[in-house]
Amino acid sequence: MARKTTLYSAHIAAGAKMVDFGGWDMPINYGSQIEEHHQVRGDAGMFDVSHMSAVDVEGERSREFLSFLLANDVAKLRESGKALYSCMLNEQGGVIDDLIVYYLDETRFRLVINAATTDKDLAWIKRQAGPFDLGIAPRRDLDMIAVQGPLARQKVMSLLPGEHVEAASSLKPFFAAQLGDFFVARTGYTGEDGFEVTLPGEQAHAFWDRLLEAGVRPCGLGARDTLRLEAGMNLYGQDMDEETTPLEAGLGWTVAMKDEREFIGREALEAQKAGGVPWRFTGFILEGRGVLRAGQRVVTSAGDGVITSGTYSPTLQKAIGMGRIPAEADGTCQVDMRGKLLELRLVRPPFVRNGAACEGIL
Amino acid sequence: MSNIPEDLKYTQSHEWVSREANGNVRIGITDHAQEALGDLVFVELPAVGDETDQGDSVAVVESVKAASDIYAPVTGEVVAINEDLEDDPGLINNDPYGDGWLYEVALSDESELDDLLDAEAYEESLED
Repeated sequence: MARKTTLYSAHIAAGAKMVDFGGWDMPINYGSQIEEHHQVRGDAGMFDVSHMSAVDVEGERSREFLSFLLANDVAKLRESGKALYSCMLNEQGGVIDDLIVYYLDETRFRLVINAATTDKDLAWIKRQAGPFDLGIAPRRDLDMIAVQGPLARQKVMSLLPGEHVEAASSLKPFFAAQLGDFFVARTGYTGEDGFEVTLPGEQAHAFWDRLLEAGVRPCGLGARDTLRLEAGMNLYGQDMDEETTPLEAGLGWTVAMKDEREFIGREALEAQKAGGVPWRFTGFILEGRGVLRAGQRVVTSAGDGVITSGTYSPTLQKAIGMGRIPAEADGTCQVDMRGKLLELRLVRPPFVRNGAACEGIL
Repeated sequence: MSNIPEDLKYTQSHEWVSREANGNVRIGITDHAQEALGDLVFVELPAVGDETDQGDSVAVVESVKAASDIYAPVTGEVVAINEDLEDDPGLINNDPYGDGWLYEVALSDESELDDLLDAEAYEESLED
């Protein structure tokens, strides 16, 4: 039996088509996922992301613990509210999950982790936290609504109490602030500006309804996937997992190894770097007709690769994807689409940012 | 509840078949199928002149979500394809029984039409 978020009845009322996602009954679309996609690129849309989990790490040694737990370095978090994207690795360098960590104060950090990985993440975090004398508190009392698009911030701010508007409007990208009951973060998973609002569950319906009245349209996980893929953002479980290192998944930029900091998975990553990373992670564009899909074989001069995420890009109106090819591959690559080999163009993601195609994509 | 016109024939794989005035049959996918697939973005049709056998995979429709094979409901020569779908596959979502038709064939064997489901039987197959 799939779990339901607080906003389940609001989704049904809005005509959502529901699907199972990571053990949760979630809206895939409310009619047309392409219209929802364009709504976010051109105006403002909202996503119920309450299936994801906020976990507060509390205690004197929080920073020291996260420095050990995460592949990115929380030493980069110096200003209150600053957010950092990081992978959490196992000893083999495989990705247990990717997450956002927010620095609240020196004794309190907030992690936002994926839905399907929540149970294993919590078990891992608690096990690793043993010696650090910390509180690890999943905040099941909180819901999350992501409001994304060029008009998203303006529409959210129109609904905030007057005393919080200035603080919200001055939030820089990748910063958050606790504004009354709302934890407002200028983050997202769409490549557009916007806020992710974490709020008490009992206020979720009222806030959702007010966003609707402000003209923010509900958008489902279908649009969320095409938006994040256009934005070149990895999806856990598809683009990387416990069998993949961040170096093989295009996430080398999130691994901080310049200094001597000890963190879980470091040795494995250093060994892989020394021996040569076997895979190159890249973006793909199919100029011909058809749609790239996760799992399709990519044929190269040095053996086969794989599409790990693929879709039809509503903004570019052609198929795009990301995936792994052998590091030694050079020259052209083709995708095996139902037995036909079709030419792929290799590009560096993102494909789309702030409503427009990125340089080199078209 | 999806729309299932009374005057068409159906397959369990969600194609519809309509007898045209000129004796040919026109083929498309049902409202239920387009709804399940979501926004269609790409259609690969047979070529005019192709001979298609009942049950063969003859076309592919792709939505943002998935690719789906279309199986020939009847045997015959393809005499027309819906060229508008190349630029606007969304016609299938908007009007699956009208502007969203896929292709037309000249029937080889009239009796194959008897193998198809009527509206009531198709509706029952959806409930199973």
